[in-house]
Amino acid sequence: MEAHAVNPWVAVAYLVAGVCFILALRGLSSPATSRAGNRYGMFGMAIAVVTTLVTHEIASLPEIIGAIVIGGGIGFVIARRIQMTAMPQLVAAFHSLVGLAAVLVAVAAFLNPDAFGILGADGNILTVSRVEMALGAAIGAITFSGSVIAFAKLNGNMSGSPILLPARHVINLGTLVLIIALTAMFTVAAHAGPGENHLFWVVVALSFAIGFLLIIPIGGADMPVVVSMLNSYSGWAAAAMGFTLHNTAMIITGALVGSSGAILSYIMCKAMNRSFISVIAGGFGADAGGVGGGEAREQRPWKRGSAEDAAFLMKEAENVIIIPGYGMAVAQAQHALREMTDLLKEHGVTVKFAIHPVAGRMPGHMNVLLAEASVPYDDVFELEDINSEFAQTDVAFIIGANDVVNPAAKTDKSSPIYGMPVFDVDKAKTIFFIKRSMGGQGYAGVDNDVFYMDQTMMLLADAKKMVEEINKSLTD
Amino acid sequence: MDFVSILSIFVMACFVGYYVVWSVTPALHTPLMAVTNAISSVIVVGALIASAAAGSPLAKWLGLGAVVLASVNIFGGFAVTERMLAMYKKKDKPGAKGGKQ
Repeated sequence: MEAHAVNPWVAVAYLVAGVCFILALRGLSSPATSRAGNRYGMFGMAIAVVTTLVTHEIASLPEIIGAIVIGGGIGFVIARRIQMTAMPQLVAAFHSLVGLAAVLVAVAAFLNPDAFGILGADGNILTVSRVEMALGAAIGAITFSGSVIAFAKLNGNMSGSPILLPARHVINLGTLVLIIALTAMFTVAAHAGPGENHLFWVVVALSFAIGFLLIIPIGGADMPVVVSMLNSYSGWAAAAMGFTLHNTAMIITGALVGSSGAILSYIMCKAMNRSFISVIAGGFGADAGGVGGGEAREQRPWKRGSAEDAAFLMKEAENVIIIPGYGMAVAQAQHALREMTDLLKEHGVTVKFAIHPVAGRMPGHMNVLLAEASVPYDDVFELEDINSEFAQTDVAFIIGANDVVNPAAKTDKSSPIYGMPVFDVDKAKTIFFIKRSMGGQGYAGVDNDVFYMDQTMMLLADAKKMVEEINKSLTD
Repeated sequence: MDFVSILSIFVMACFVGYYVVWSVTPALHTPLMAVTNAISSVIVVGALIASAAAGSPLAKWLGLGAVVLASVNIFGGFAVTERMLAMYKKKDKPGAKGGKQ
């Protein structure tokens, strides 16, 4: 422990790195300052790495540089090639790496405590360090296996529907209690013999298992919450290791990332009107099949519109609000959509985009997809900023979204999405609803009254093709 | 540093994190996740210590493995954040066709 506190400049350097990370997040308060923020982040990381390298005896510099080059190269290539629609998978994959790295560091500290300065005078690992190490390893392992499952679900390697084990709540709670109990036993084991030390490995193994068990029952619709939650865990894992190493940069970062993920999970839960506990308990989407009434849907009349109708009405409109959902991204319609807004603006129409917090598959995902299609960010509005404008709106244009415009969330107490904040599209004068067919429904599997309203015209087609046809009519 | 001062830093940092993250605009929540991912790889510090130390060969190789993983994250995380942030553009930049409303 003493070794780390000798040179005050080292501590200052790590503190500076920590402050740089705070500034990196601070920069994200607006797109204008965000890139400078990212530079701060890189700078902070460079300080942390260089400080570590120059203040520790390095027995194997070539190997270390080799490891950084290999890892850095892989990371860089992936970052360059990844599609923006695949961002949630990428983030999940990255989380799993942080988790695994935390486990490896904890295990290395366990095997070679002297190098980490956590050896007590009696030749045993310090009690405090034992807690921190076990916690770091456990949270890291949960992050790893949880993120791997989240990745597989988001990437389509695994079905997005919940996998429900019998008695899963009992199994999960039991495993968690066991992890905590074993961590405590490992901690208080004053004179660590081989028996006590085996506890550490059991804690790690159980943590890998619980990460896996916790995520498999969670359905695709709840993945934004899961990804945010794992983001938070990866932070807490880093913080726990920071406690072990007495390293301020790691502690500050861990706290930042931990709170960031927690806040994002909270925002996502609120946007779906779901409690965090119910998301973690899982199963959403597995039992919603029967709700909504199949026969009623067949019988109710609805109007079919054409690309020409849409083009004509929007051209004549004063203002149009576009509500994109993940279906738009799946159809890769964002570029055509941006072209449509450009054409409408040429006709003097005010066009705004309205984004629901859960519009994509991770927090802010839709904003990135629109930014990629060069939609200016000041045309893009959040739910609470734009929802009052629908009453004065000529056309609401819904593309690839469904649940987020469903008025049942406001009126129907029996609906699974009741209480979820939704766009008041029903107040708009005309509604265009692009949908592949009348059969498919949103994540929640609920029927939508908007389909059957007097002012609604259904545009049944592939989103991209439909928008391209509208564009053609607009240019004619 | 004793445990209490470390804990103080941690608690303060949680509060800083709370306020800073709430001030992040929702439009940038995806870059926020990408960049928090990158910075949480500061765990590379521990990995470097493990891989640099003589003593336990197994610990050294585990450390090197962790350095590789964390490096994927650091370079990948910052690069993908940079790529995303570069896409966010303001209205009415020269070259955009649409006129003012």
